[in-house]
Amino acid sequence: MKMIKKLMCSAVVSAMAAAGAAQAKGISDDEVRIGYLADMSGTYSALAGPGGLEAAKMAIEDFGGKVNGKKITIVSADDQNKPDIGANKVRQWIDVDNVDMVAGMVSSAVTIAVNKVVEAKDKISIVSGSASSAITNQYCTANSVHYVYDTYALAHGTGEAVVKEGGDSWFFLTADYAFGHAMEGDVTTVVKESGGKVVGGVRHPLSTNDFSSFILQAQASGAKIVGLANAGADTTNALKTAKEFGVVDAGQKLAGLLIFLTDVYSLGLETTQGLQLTTGFYWDRTDETRAWAKRYEERTGAKPTMVQAGVYSSVNHYLNAVKAAGTDETSAVMAQMKKTPINDFFATNGQIREDGRMIHDMYLAEVKKPSESKSDWDLYKILRTIPADKAFRPLSESKCKLVAGN
Amino acid sequence: MTTQALNSSAVDKSMARTKVLFLVLIAIGLVAPFAIYPVFLMKVLCFALFACAFNLMLGYGGLLSFGHAAFLATGGYITGHTVMEWGVTPEVGILIGTVCSAAMGFVFGKLAIRRQGIYFAMITLALAQLVFFLYVQAPFTGGENGLQGIPRGELLGFISLEDNLPMYYFVFAIFIFGFALIHRTIHSPFGQILKAIRENEPRAISLGYDVDKYKLVAFVISAGLAGLAGSTKSLVFQLSSLTDAHWHMSGEVILMTLLGGVGTIFGPVVGAATVVTLQNYLSQGPLASWVPVILGLIFVVCVLLFRSGIVGEIQKFMKKNFS
Amino acid sequence: MAELLGFPPQVLFGQLLIGLINGSFYALLSLGLAIIFGLLNIINFAHGAQYMLGAFVAWLGLNFLGVNYWVSLLLAPLVVAAIGIALEKTMLRRLYKEDHLYGLLLTFGLALIIEGSFIHFFGVSGQPYSVPQALTGGNNLGFMFLPTYRAWIIVASLIICFGTWYMIERTKLGSYLRAGTENPQLLQAFGINVPLLITLTYGYGVALAAFAGVLAAPIYSVSPVMGSNLLIVVFAVVVIGGMGSIMGAIVTGLLMGLIEGLTKVFYPEASTTVIFLVMIIVLLVRPAGLFGKEA
Repeated sequence: MKMIKKLMCSAVVSAMAAAGAAQAKGISDDEVRIGYLADMSGTYSALAGPGGLEAAKMAIEDFGGKVNGKKITIVSADDQNKPDIGANKVRQWIDVDNVDMVAGMVSSAVTIAVNKVVEAKDKISIVSGSASSAITNQYCTANSVHYVYDTYALAHGTGEAVVKEGGDSWFFLTADYAFGHAMEGDVTTVVKESGGKVVGGVRHPLSTNDFSSFILQAQASGAKIVGLANAGADTTNALKTAKEFGVVDAGQKLAGLLIFLTDVYSLGLETTQGLQLTTGFYWDRTDETRAWAKRYEERTGAKPTMVQAGVYSSVNHYLNAVKAAGTDETSAVMAQMKKTPINDFFATNGQIREDGRMIHDMYLAEVKKPSESKSDWDLYKILRTIPADKAFRPLSESKCKLVAGN
Repeated sequence: MTTQALNSSAVDKSMARTKVLFLVLIAIGLVAPFAIYPVFLMKVLCFALFACAFNLMLGYGGLLSFGHAAFLATGGYITGHTVMEWGVTPEVGILIGTVCSAAMGFVFGKLAIRRQGIYFAMITLALAQLVFFLYVQAPFTGGENGLQGIPRGELLGFISLEDNLPMYYFVFAIFIFGFALIHRTIHSPFGQILKAIRENEPRAISLGYDVDKYKLVAFVISAGLAGLAGSTKSLVFQLSSLTDAHWHMSGEVILMTLLGGVGTIFGPVVGAATVVTLQNYLSQGPLASWVPVILGLIFVVCVLLFRSGIVGEIQKFMKKNFS
Repeated sequence: MAELLGFPPQVLFGQLLIGLINGSFYALLSLGLAIIFGLLNIINFAHGAQYMLGAFVAWLGLNFLGVNYWVSLLLAPLVVAAIGIALEKTMLRRLYKEDHLYGLLLTFGLALIIEGSFIHFFGVSGQPYSVPQALTGGNNLGFMFLPTYRAWIIVASLIICFGTWYMIERTKLGSYLRAGTENPQLLQAFGINVPLLITLTYGYGVALAAFAGVLAAPIYSVSPVMGSNLLIVVFAVVVIGGMGSIMGAIVTGLLMGLIEGLTKVFYPEASTTVIFLVMIIVLLVRPAGLFGKEA
């Protein structure tokens, strides 16, 4: 009994201390406001979109709807994958609606534009959807966190694994814009470092609906691996076409460099089986992930992608930081977020570095054969875990202005 | 003689009414940023100027350009590039952007104005697609990422535009300048001839006018002003992107003009304000994914029922009831 | 002749064949547009959306009613044509007396509505539709592996295209159609029901788009935006061929497929743009298009 009393006492004291701190700095205008920005209806809406918004709402509800007695509210907007719309929306959120933190964010172009605004206005953004590793490299800011994955992690995860298994000559199908170029560049480095070579590649326009001629060129190249440095509809179309032209049957292998659970689901296992990919999260990995995914599926009718799970985790981490810091003031919350490790259903060994990169364990997965799959969403088997400190770009290679020595 | 006098007095009256309306709008524009979010207002002004420039071609020249996005984008990219890389002051950057757009307008015009109607629309569309391709490939545009973090800079080297309010008045002044220029063009002898060409081209030719030259000049003015809108927009949002160059943008400006009223001086302004407001408020909330559907419905309703647009319909109503 | 223009000949042949397959889609779609333009004087901006509708009707039919591919190939064009006819009767009809541009704007709006609604309900990530059992597999032609289904696309679209051409150029019904294109008043005076002819023509043009949509379903993802990407390319094809010219639309469609295929070998980044370049050049040299008659 005494013990409990003591505990209670100390809890009350620390709560009072926290309340005191909160009063000192406090929650701006008595509300914590989160803005969720994503492609809600376009090419990338399945991987983040409305599902990610639902995940963010779940995080807020699970937190009790309040932090330190102050209400948490969420607003959302569709950036339509356009940097101008996204940046303008966020500017307005911060100027007019007093939004404290921006979550979601998919297209790398939108993210880089939004991060510039967030930095200028000294607020916080936590990026879950974007791929470009430049976000925490040359474009890094002290106000942004890159939470789920990036092109560096994908290139090292998938690229290394593929070369190790003998896939030492590559041909790239690259989406002809910044993300595709970054992806191709990162993978090329990995392939060369691992002793492989790149025999060629084509750059196709964004949203190409016919890949047959590119696949034909890939076949003619004689490369062992056809690397897909593209995303969304481009990747699914390329995979379908490759299947049709018998690329795999003729002895070549495909490497999808950015593939989401929803892509595999929509393409079906018949087309995608055997594909290796790197992911930051898979719903059927542990009891915790299954439990969360089940709750998520009840609300949305689908299993979560790594981005959607990451949105939940990032909002939760942010709210915890606000609670602990007793304020929603940017530098205090950022400091709190960076010093607190992240260990939840989403991330193992999670830690936000000074460049804003959240490092955590990544997973190399393989798409199951139709015969191995027991249910609609039973799609991956996890081959191995890529430990957090190996998965992401080491700080020693960073060009970020925040990293000591740069 | 009497009818002529009557006519001219009617014209005078309508001119006077336009003038009064214009002054009222200026007054509203001056106080508006204290009530409404200035960045939103600036966006409205930029698109209003863009739509007015487009309307000069469609409403007064009778030519539907399906490639005006190219000019908007050119203005934005050139201004962004010069301000970021050459470090010029904003007004110089805008001037260079506008001139480049006008030059591109000259090239487009040279190729396209020989054709009319749908062919004209298709050639401008094709040219704009080539420009889009150019901007996807050219390194100075930043491709899909666009140009980001363009500094607003200091006007004339000493007035900082970083804050929204001074920026707003700068944009407002540009808009008034562009709007006045269009108004002046329409009501000049040049504008009269343009209208004559629209109404009856063979007649204008037989009267001895070099029709192609008039159309070309109108096209260059229109392109230049569209570029001015794009230049200004790139400084307001501090970025310029491929969105501005995409053919959807050419479609959007048609929607704005059609909704407000083709061939009316205030129509494009009203149309741009309506569309921008709709996009702005609907993109947040439950109707977000319905935005394209709603824009489509507006298109359909306008074409079927209100072909003269909001301002056109109001004008008709006023004419019927008050004169 | 180990190499042609620096590329091994099998690569080139392969690309040309692929180009021909894509050209088959262009031909089908531009044929529909050309017929509609010829009689109705309307640029049907909703053509891409109707192509998408065709694919979706097939997909919905397969997944909810168990209708197989072969039935869909017939049924989907009929369903979409019925929708098209309803649109023609209620909306397009009112615009025939107005400037052509209003028809373009109306159908542009319709396309936004149709695509927007499908995006709302189905998202854009694309729905899978498998190749019918009879057409799976493929043949090794020596210079490339040709999937049977792709070969089927060429055959099917050529049959439909030339069947349509024959119907218009060589039959009585076709002669009414051509007469209606030239002078609708006169045809009306001869006792032909011109409004009905117009309605049916629009329906047929739309049905062609839907047919192309069903053909495309197994090889491209069935997605609400599949048509809008294709649409402006097809416009360019129609303009190059000469607006309203039936043969022009077919031949140009195939030709542009070939040119696009070649571009993908030499400069793939430009493959979506090259057709517009051709279009500008053609319009400067032959303003009425390759097969059009000078007005």
